[in-house]
Amino acid sequence: MAETVEAKAPRRIQLPVLDSFLWLIRLAAIFAVVWGAYFSLSSGRLSGAQWKDLVIFGLSQGSVYALIALGYTMVYGVLRFINFAHGEVFMSGAMVAFFVARGLSRTAMWTDQVFLSLFLVMLASAATSTVIAVALERIAYRPLRGKPRLIPFITAIGASFFLQYAIAGLFGFGFKSFPQVPALSGSFFFAGFRVLKTQSVVIVAAVLMMIGLYLFVERTRTGKAMRAVAEDQEIARLMGINVDRTISIVFAVGGAMAGAAGFLYLLVFQQVFFLTGFIPGIKAFTAAVVGGIGNIPGAMIGGLLLGGIESIGPSLVLTGLGIPSAHQLKDVVAFLALVMILIFKPSGVLGERVAEDRA
Amino acid sequence: MTELLAARQVKLGDAIKTGLVAGIVAIFVSAIGMVQRFDSRIIFSSVTFSYVLLIGIFAGSGYQAARPPLRLEGYEAPKAGVRNVLAGLLAGTAGGILLALFILVAGTANLRPIFPNISPELVEILAFGRELGLGATLAALAAAVLGLLGGALQLVPQRLKKAIGGTFLWIVLFALLRGVLAPVTRGLGITSLTDLLYERQGLSIAGLVAVAVVVFSSYFFLAGRVRAARGGLERLPENRRRIVVLAGLAVVTLFLGAIPQVVGVFLSEVLSAAGIFLLMALGLNIVVGFAGLLDLGYVAFFAVGAYTTAVLTSPISPRFTPELTFWAALPFVILTAAIAGIMVGTPVLRMRGDYLAIVTLGFGEIARLLFLSDWLEPTFGAARGIRRVPDIALGPIVMKGPQDYYYAILLFVLLAAYVSWALQESRIGRAWMAMREDESVAEAMGVNIVAAKLWAFVIGAIIASFGGALFATRIGSVFPQTFSVVVSVTILVLVIVGGLASIPGVMLGALALVALPELLREFEQFRFLIYGALLIFMMLKRPEGLIPSRRRTRELHEEEVEQDAWLKAEAAKQEAN
Repeated sequence: MAETVEAKAPRRIQLPVLDSFLWLIRLAAIFAVVWGAYFSLSSGRLSGAQWKDLVIFGLSQGSVYALIALGYTMVYGVLRFINFAHGEVFMSGAMVAFFVARGLSRTAMWTDQVFLSLFLVMLASAATSTVIAVALERIAYRPLRGKPRLIPFITAIGASFFLQYAIAGLFGFGFKSFPQVPALSGSFFFAGFRVLKTQSVVIVAAVLMMIGLYLFVERTRTGKAMRAVAEDQEIARLMGINVDRTISIVFAVGGAMAGAAGFLYLLVFQQVFFLTGFIPGIKAFTAAVVGGIGNIPGAMIGGLLLGGIESIGPSLVLTGLGIPSAHQLKDVVAFLALVMILIFKPSGVLGERVAEDRA
Repeated sequence: MTELLAARQVKLGDAIKTGLVAGIVAIFVSAIGMVQRFDSRIIFSSVTFSYVLLIGIFAGSGYQAARPPLRLEGYEAPKAGVRNVLAGLLAGTAGGILLALFILVAGTANLRPIFPNISPELVEILAFGRELGLGATLAALAAAVLGLLGGALQLVPQRLKKAIGGTFLWIVLFALLRGVLAPVTRGLGITSLTDLLYERQGLSIAGLVAVAVVVFSSYFFLAGRVRAARGGLERLPENRRRIVVLAGLAVVTLFLGAIPQVVGVFLSEVLSAAGIFLLMALGLNIVVGFAGLLDLGYVAFFAVGAYTTAVLTSPISPRFTPELTFWAALPFVILTAAIAGIMVGTPVLRMRGDYLAIVTLGFGEIARLLFLSDWLEPTFGAARGIRRVPDIALGPIVMKGPQDYYYAILLFVLLAAYVSWALQESRIGRAWMAMREDESVAEAMGVNIVAAKLWAFVIGAIIASFGGALFATRIGSVFPQTFSVVVSVTILVLVIVGGLASIPGVMLGALALVALPELLREFEQFRFLIYGALLIFMMLKRPEGLIPSRRRTRELHEEEVEQDAWLKAEAAKQEAN
């Protein structure tokens, strides 16, 4: 009923000046990208092998973003709500993964049973994040369901701060360095690309998990319930689906993916501290929007895309524009991608899958 | 009249759950180091602030557990009785047992490699300095007794309940605020008052009794009088009411002007710091509170103001040689801020709610990273920032020191407060309000949404840039690390805790949340933890803030108002039968 009313109402502010202004920005952006890329490539400052390294690095950090993005996209799909604290859910998992790994690295198991011990670390990380995500939903978000949209969002900002400083208080403010994994040092060549062994583990694990999640959502009864709740909570309830329980499961699955991402993040970036969750969290949200929010395969593609843009973009575009030490600005590139995507294509590449209109 | 069902009773199982939650909270505040950090602050004799914290947790759990259930239609009104006290006792016991277990574990195993704050000193504080087994038992017993007392509080009448709770809070506050009162009494020449109230550390017995008697009696006898006075003021005829309000404003202005002379350098410094945040909170209040645009990148405008001032006035700022004075730079600050406001505001015109928040957050981070980058290093100095920003000079008078800066900041705060107040009921203010409630409807009613949004962004940006300009001159330097998203969220917390769209609320929020942690250094470490918890708590329990704006409250509690109306109608129907 609500949809038919809204369909008739003018949805967009009509403003020719604004539109031409936005077109101008769009053209300027495209021009800058083409111009920068042309000069970077023609200057030949980076060799082909170096570009390939950047691509692989982008893929590995992109698969971490993709796993985090799943949590944003699933929660948004069901509740139309940005779980701003999701980055902290990811960070908590990484933090616990560090302590478990440090404990294990002092035993013989760390070298004898590499994959078992890494699996245990990942399990601990995923379990922590799952518990935190579910508790967060139960304590902070559930009582606010149905309130004006900004209220749960502000709550999530509060939760994000609370978790950051709670973790800092519990485990200390300093950086924590992940122990070396001897079996995963070194690299190998795959189809002409040099791949670090840790990167290959990260990419393979992420892809496996995403396939698993896709099958879970598409093939199981619980997955069907999730999709039903995302479509229409009221009807789903009438069909006998336990909506509260389903939403808890959504948070649990999103949390588990974020926790696994926390462990993989440690493999790629080696260290974690209490603010680690913030920037990857924002980037993962960007990835979710890039792929079309509410859209699970979209989050995966968006994550890989964003990882690539962030890794290649500064060297490709900014260096070509004559900006010194462009790698400093990789976060600027990511944030610009976020801003541009939200302004110009908020429905993402694959299209968003949100039943109601975004108000 | 139909027969009513027997009143619903407190569920004892729920009481135990409440107690367990309290136990977990107590363990949490211990494990993050709060208990140990607060132990150096003595409230009265040997009671330290950490004990007050734990007393609050367990007594609060008892009180909460013993709360009679809501009255439902068709049931008798619940009455508090022995069962409620029992619930309190159960809650206290459950929480106490959990805490005791924690003491035993923390006392035997060395958890420090993982949890650096679970130290032997912490265990000693929790176990009252006794040996482990005895200490744990004592802690559990104390928690049980506190739960019992909290539960018993449900039995006393409402008015007395408020008075007891208020007295407890004010005693703690007085003990904590010794550092504020001491310079004030010194400035006023009545040091004998503080000598009477305080011992070497904490309140004296005389002080404790005096505070308790004064607070208790004022709670007990003044309850309702304040509201009555306000109501009386509103009933006065227009011209007489204006005289009363103006007289009140004059008294307040005199009082504000006298503050730095009375309180001394340190407190002026604290007030200046809080004043800059208050200024920005007033600005954000226009954007978020009035216009309903959640801006998480508000710090960008603060940074723009600070950097514009620094570049234009500092003698060592590169690329710009004719150095201006603060006042000559101010028009340029306003101009750049307005441009920044339009630049952020225009692309997001079509966005609403949470997407807007994320995009503005992105803008804020981009601004910080650009100020930090080597690319713009020639202008903004990258990580080294810009130093030697000169003091504000007004003709021959140069403002030096916090006491002078207090006046400069006060001037801008008053300006911002006046602008907010004047805008609230103006044409644009009403347009913002309509837009906040429903954008599509407002547009359909002829509100120019584009103009309204851009004005909100621009005015907010200008006020924030004043904050930045004052900040740059007060500190004397500008560094990019200052302008992180933490500042945006802090300002948001001030606005929300005080009360969205409520000017007095925002003022209270800034004083309580910025000035207090500056005064009580032990809070500093937990500042953002507390901010986060406060945001969650306020959204769950009191989204309209501490001093709500009337209209905003109505919006947030629309459903409840409807429900009340329905209940009244039902009651009227029953009467008729």
